[in-house]
Amino acid sequence: MRQPVSDLRGSTRRLDRARGWLSTSAAWLVAIVWIVPLLYALWAAFHPSAFATKFVLNAPLTLANFVSAWQAAPFTRYFLNTTMLVAGVLGMQLVVCTLAAYAFACYEFLGKSALFALVLIQLMVMPEILLVRNYQTLTQLGLVDSLFGIGLPYFASAFAIFLLRQTFKTIPKELVEAAVMEGASSLQILRKVYIPLAKPTYLAFALVSVSYHWNNFLWPLVVSNSVESRPLTVGLQVFSSTDQGIDWSIITAATLLTSAPLLIGFLIFQRQFVQSFMRAGIK
Amino acid sequence: MVLLVGFTHFPAVATFIDSLMSTPRAGRAAVFVGMENYRVMLEDPIFWKSVMNNFWFAFITIPFSIGMSILMALWVNDKIAGRDFLRTAFFLPTVLPMIAVANIWIFFYTPGYGLVNQILQLFGFAGHNWLGEPNLVLGSVIVVAIWKEAGFFMIFYLAALQSLSPSYKEAAQIEGASAWYFFRRIQWPLLMPTTIFVLINALINAFRMVDHIIVMTKGGPDNASSLILFYLYEVGFKFWDQGYASVLTVVLLCILALVGLLQFFILDRRAHYQ
Amino acid sequence: MKHVLTTVAAAAFGVCMSASACAKTDITFYFPVAVGGPITKIIDQYAKDFNHENPDLNVLPVYSGTYQETIVKVLTAHKAGKPPGAAILLSTDTFTLADEDAIVPIDNFVKSEADRVWMKSFFPAFMLNGQFANKTWGVPFQRSTVVLYWNKDLFKAAGLDPNIPPQNWEQTVSMGQKLTKKDASGNVTQWGIQVPSSGFPYWLFQGFSTQNDAILANADGNQVKYDDPNAVAALQYWVDLSKKYGIHPSGVVEWGTTPRDFLEQKVAMIWTTTGNLTNIRSNAKFDFGVAMLPAGKRRGSPTGGGNFFIFKKTTSQEQEGAFKFAKWLTQPERAAQWSIDTGYVAVSPAAYDTPALKKYATEFPPALVARDQLPDAVAELSTHDNQRVTKALNDGLQAALTGTKTPEQAMKEAQAEATRLLRTYK
Repeated sequence: MRQPVSDLRGSTRRLDRARGWLSTSAAWLVAIVWIVPLLYALWAAFHPSAFATKFVLNAPLTLANFVSAWQAAPFTRYFLNTTMLVAGVLGMQLVVCTLAAYAFACYEFLGKSALFALVLIQLMVMPEILLVRNYQTLTQLGLVDSLFGIGLPYFASAFAIFLLRQTFKTIPKELVEAAVMEGASSLQILRKVYIPLAKPTYLAFALVSVSYHWNNFLWPLVVSNSVESRPLTVGLQVFSSTDQGIDWSIITAATLLTSAPLLIGFLIFQRQFVQSFMRAGIK
Repeated sequence: MVLLVGFTHFPAVATFIDSLMSTPRAGRAAVFVGMENYRVMLEDPIFWKSVMNNFWFAFITIPFSIGMSILMALWVNDKIAGRDFLRTAFFLPTVLPMIAVANIWIFFYTPGYGLVNQILQLFGFAGHNWLGEPNLVLGSVIVVAIWKEAGFFMIFYLAALQSLSPSYKEAAQIEGASAWYFFRRIQWPLLMPTTIFVLINALINAFRMVDHIIVMTKGGPDNASSLILFYLYEVGFKFWDQGYASVLTVVLLCILALVGLLQFFILDRRAHYQ
Repeated sequence: MKHVLTTVAAAAFGVCMSASACAKTDITFYFPVAVGGPITKIIDQYAKDFNHENPDLNVLPVYSGTYQETIVKVLTAHKAGKPPGAAILLSTDTFTLADEDAIVPIDNFVKSEADRVWMKSFFPAFMLNGQFANKTWGVPFQRSTVVLYWNKDLFKAAGLDPNIPPQNWEQTVSMGQKLTKKDASGNVTQWGIQVPSSGFPYWLFQGFSTQNDAILANADGNQVKYDDPNAVAALQYWVDLSKKYGIHPSGVVEWGTTPRDFLEQKVAMIWTTTGNLTNIRSNAKFDFGVAMLPAGKRRGSPTGGGNFFIFKKTTSQEQEGAFKFAKWLTQPERAAQWSIDTGYVAVSPAAYDTPALKKYATEFPPALVARDQLPDAVAELSTHDNQRVTKALNDGLQAALTGTKTPEQAMKEAQAEATRLLRTYK
């Protein structure tokens, strides 16, 4: 005789619940493993060097590492530089890439596919590879050692163009037609129809861009000479790979100092962050 | 409009043209030597080792980071306890700068008192020299890469999962389908577009991530952890061999261009799939 | 009103006429930081003081990361046509810089008798790496040697005299064996000795090879002898420390964690740069000593560290200014203070005769060990196409230390590779 459906469902539910419990603990285990590096950074930064590798529970706490880290370089200026750089790059990217994506999404012009393919290829090419060439270009333009110079190669972000194009393409044609009927010019359509609807994508991209440029290292190192244009990551270099070996307390203290804004920002905005990605519909 | 498009391409095209312009040259004398640099590359054992390493690196990192990210997305998507904490924990590695994090991982891998070995010794296992043995180093570096990437991909999957209609889940529950069945037959196929996007990104990253190698192993021991981009950096900025570096750049660009074009075609077709 | 204006104009005009140039000569000065401490602050202060004493010159110090990053910046700038006026770079970069036609020999600026005396005032061992083709291309600034640090407490615990470090290879082995401790399951908890081999093992290896009477490269930088039987034997000794005698960890030993290993008392003896002295001194919770490297057939150590270079594609005023700065930086008092602040070896014997360094040395005798080793010191390995030729050796060393190749095979292959690379420079 066949088992009643309710019984079957019961056993499946029990299995599911067991699996659910297993899932939760596994998830927690992975999460803990995942944040171990951050936990370690917190441990090492707040304890003196001697205890950086010994996990003795009653080891003395100290803020001295943060103080030494802060004093080792003009971090206030570096913070300012990084903020300006990141904001500047983001701003330019938003303007430039919106226009480009608009063009790709809504207009037909000669060589469109080829140009877009070029854009995609740029997605793969990191400025680091073309370091020497790009530096020469910058020198010719007289832009070495300026925040503008650091940001310039990144203004036309293929990633942004790509994302925005996808988003623009999904905007229903009816809205555009309605705007046209009301006599709106292309720029007005862009401003009033496309941009508001693409807000989640903008937010998603903004977060990725800020994250990337906050942590970018090699290119800013080569381009920036003076304190006035040097971002945080380059300043952070003072602590790493010295002849004296690695002092984890200072490095972690410096890391926490320089990542703090990003971390805190992320913690606060993470819900919006995830939701924005949701609505950006990266499909 | 067209003008603006042209302008946005200035850095892109400029760099592209530059790379085309760096035809193989020798030393300072800029003598055109044609294909000789390519021949040198083909005979260079370190080049081939880097290619092999990169291949293994990609081969292992990609499925594992994608797998982890799907798992994480699934976990975080459900009404699991402490969901916010989990989500933060998974995504955290993406936010931290690689230079600083690499040093922390060096500590983890240090023989003797490094965290990994401390834990192993707690359980009675022998510690190992994770970064100093040629057959262990690539694996150690791969772990760091997966750690850094999975959270980033998780976000994409999470977005996709959350945009799936809840009616699917309800239907599945009514039918009494198990979670695994639900995943395999319903979620996975619907996630295909996301998977493709993530796959392409992961492929690119497999060739792009070298910061941690520069800090942790410098390609060693004996080139056991050398990747193509890392070798390119060495040839270009340590050996100052512009000709050879250009060749490597071209090779790398070709690989990545292939991936990019693949993405263009597949994704565009998938867009219609919607 | 008009009167005031003309006076002001005349004054300004007068000022412009009296100075050699109305504007100061800017000299960009790139410097790396390889040791801990407020180095950037010290260099900034040096620049300030120099600029104050020389109102027509304006040294602009630019911190440029590690040695590797600094040379990236310097050569990138040079290739773009705008190199810095001066920079501190590894003494082994001399060939690379000269081959790129980036630097000017210091000899070009030596005109007065005082200058000649100054050129001769440095320790000869430190001048070796900066000289070839009968010219001096760079002068020493922040130099070091490899030294042996030993943990006196652990020596005592092992029944050894804590004040006598190993004097030769045999003693290293016998003492090392007493100092290596294992736990119940046979895992080593304390190593006898550790010599780092990550990143640039060739530097540490030069200790072994010099002690075994093998010189790895010639002064002209176009020939190497990696497969010299003495060099192979030296490598075999290093490999045997772990393989045969079990007193040294197997595989590649990380440079960055070796000082920490020493401080954690996981190892009783280490080889590392004298630049670590301040670090170990401040952080060691035990009694330690610093010694010259143990002798093989003879004592020996490579020198290390950075030289001061002057760049070509700059104006002659910048070059003269840079030369002045080089002389100023290496004055005995300043060199002495720099040594105390950083742990580097002071670059001239005169510096050791200054009251400051004399006092420091009486309080802290280990500060003199590196200097005492200088008579036995040899040039650091440096050739044309330096990075590549050295990499061939590094790879071979790492292969031997990890057991992938035998020392003989590793060195033979490294030699073949290096010969191939140097062919065009003969």
